[in-house]
Amino acid sequence: MADIDVSGGDSGHKKGPGVKKAKKLSTRVDMTPMVDLGFLLITFFIFTTTMSTPSTMKLFMPKDEKDKDKQTEVKESGALTIMLGKDNGLFYYEGQLKEDGSNFTPATYKEIRNIIIKKKNDVIASHYHTPACEKLQNDAKAKGDKDWKDACKDKDFVVVIKPNSEATYKNTVDILDEMTINQVKRFALIDITPDENMLVKATEASNKK
Amino acid sequence: MPSVKIPKKSTATDMTPFVDVAFLILSFFMLATKFKPPAPVTINTPHSVSADKLKEENAVLIEFDSVGRVYFTMNVKKSEDDGLKMDLIKQVNDNRKLGLTDAEMSNFVRYTTIGSPFAQVKTLLDLPKDERTKVKQTGIPVDSTNNELTTWIGAAKLAFQGQQVFYMIKGDNNATYPTFKGVIDALKANDELKYKLITDPKSAPPGTALYTKRLQSGTKGEE
Repeated sequence: MADIDVSGGDSGHKKGPGVKKAKKLSTRVDMTPMVDLGFLLITFFIFTTTMSTPSTMKLFMPKDEKDKDKQTEVKESGALTIMLGKDNGLFYYEGQLKEDGSNFTPATYKEIRNIIIKKKNDVIASHYHTPACEKLQNDAKAKGDKDWKDACKDKDFVVVIKPNSEATYKNTVDILDEMTINQVKRFALIDITPDENMLVKATEASNKK
Repeated sequence: MPSVKIPKKSTATDMTPFVDVAFLILSFFMLATKFKPPAPVTINTPHSVSADKLKEENAVLIEFDSVGRVYFTMNVKKSEDDGLKMDLIKQVNDNRKLGLTDAEMSNFVRYTTIGSPFAQVKTLLDLPKDERTKVKQTGIPVDSTNNELTTWIGAAKLAFQGQQVFYMIKGDNNATYPTFKGVIDALKANDELKYKLITDPKSAPPGTALYTKRLQSGTKGEE
C-alpha cells in the first residue's frame, strides 16, 4: 500500500569481476518512533479528557431567621453535633453539651459514620407516632416512596455541623457527603460557638503534648 | 538428497497500517477533547458520592483556592447572550463607581473571570486577555466586614433576571472554612440558598444507607 520498495535487500545478481556494486540504500523508513509518538499523544489526550468530568453536590442552606418563633427547634434527644477542627480533627456530642464537657468526644472521619448510623438507629428506636407524622408519611406516599411508613421515623434526627476556622473545605464537604451517604434528612451547617471552639482548641493542644 | 527449502521470511512487519490507526485515534481524541477554559489557579476539589451532572450554562462559578483567594466567573448559554455579561459589569460599574471605559467592559465580556478587589478591577481589565490570565490576582474579599462578592452576585442575579441560575462553588481541598463561609454569606445576602458544590465523583461505600438505596432504585445517584 504505502511502502515504496526498491528491492535493496536481495542483491542476488552477480556481476562480473571489477564491476563495482552500486550501493542500493533502502527507502524504507522505520516507522516505530512514529508509532511511539502517536500512542504517546493518544494516551495524553485520553487522560486529559477523562479527568474533566466533575460532578456536583447539592447544598441547600436555610434562611437566616432572626425571629425566635420561626426558628426550627431541635429535639435534644435527636441531635448530634459534629465539630471540625484543624488537622482533620473531629469532635462530637449528643444532645446538648454538658457544662463540664463530659459528653464532648473526639473521633475520626472513619469512625463518624458508625456514630451517625448508631444515633440514627437510636432515634428511630425511640420514635413514637404523633399526628404530625401523618403529613410526612402522606408526602412520602405521594412521591411514590415504597417505605412511606418509615418516612417519619427519623424526623427528630438532626445533625449539626460546626466547622471552626481551622477546618478545611475538604473536611466540610466530607461531612456533608457523610450526610448523603447515611441518608440524613435534616442537617445544618452552623458556626461554632466560642465555648465549643475553646474545647476543641484545648483538646487539640493537649493531644500535641 | 533433495532438501526442502525453507524460505527465509523477514521478521520486520510493515508498520504503516499501525501508524494509520494510531493517528486516526489521535485525531479523534484531539477533535473530541473539550479543553478546559483557562483557569486562574489549579483547584483540587474534594470527593463526594454525588453524581449530579455539572451544568456550565447560565451559571455563576465561584472558585476559591488553597490560600482562600476567591474568583468569580459568569457563564452564559450562548455567545449571543454576551449582553448579559455586559449588564453585569455595567451594574457593578455603577454600583461601585469603578469608572470603567467601554473598552474595559468589553474586555470583561470576553473573559469574565475576576479575582481582584474592586480597587484593582480597572487596572486588571486594561490588560488584554492573554496577559490577564497570567496576572497573579489577590482574590475577591469575602470577609464579614468587606464582602465584595455580594456585589458581584447581586449584579449577576440582576443580569440573569427571569432565568434559572446555578450557583456553582468550586473549592480547594485545603482551603479553610472561613473562605467557604464568606462565599456562602455573600450568596445568602442575595437570598440565594441553593448551591452546587463541584466535586470529584466517588462511589457510595458498600453497606451504607445510600448504597442500599441506589441498589434498589438501580440508579447511579442522578436525581
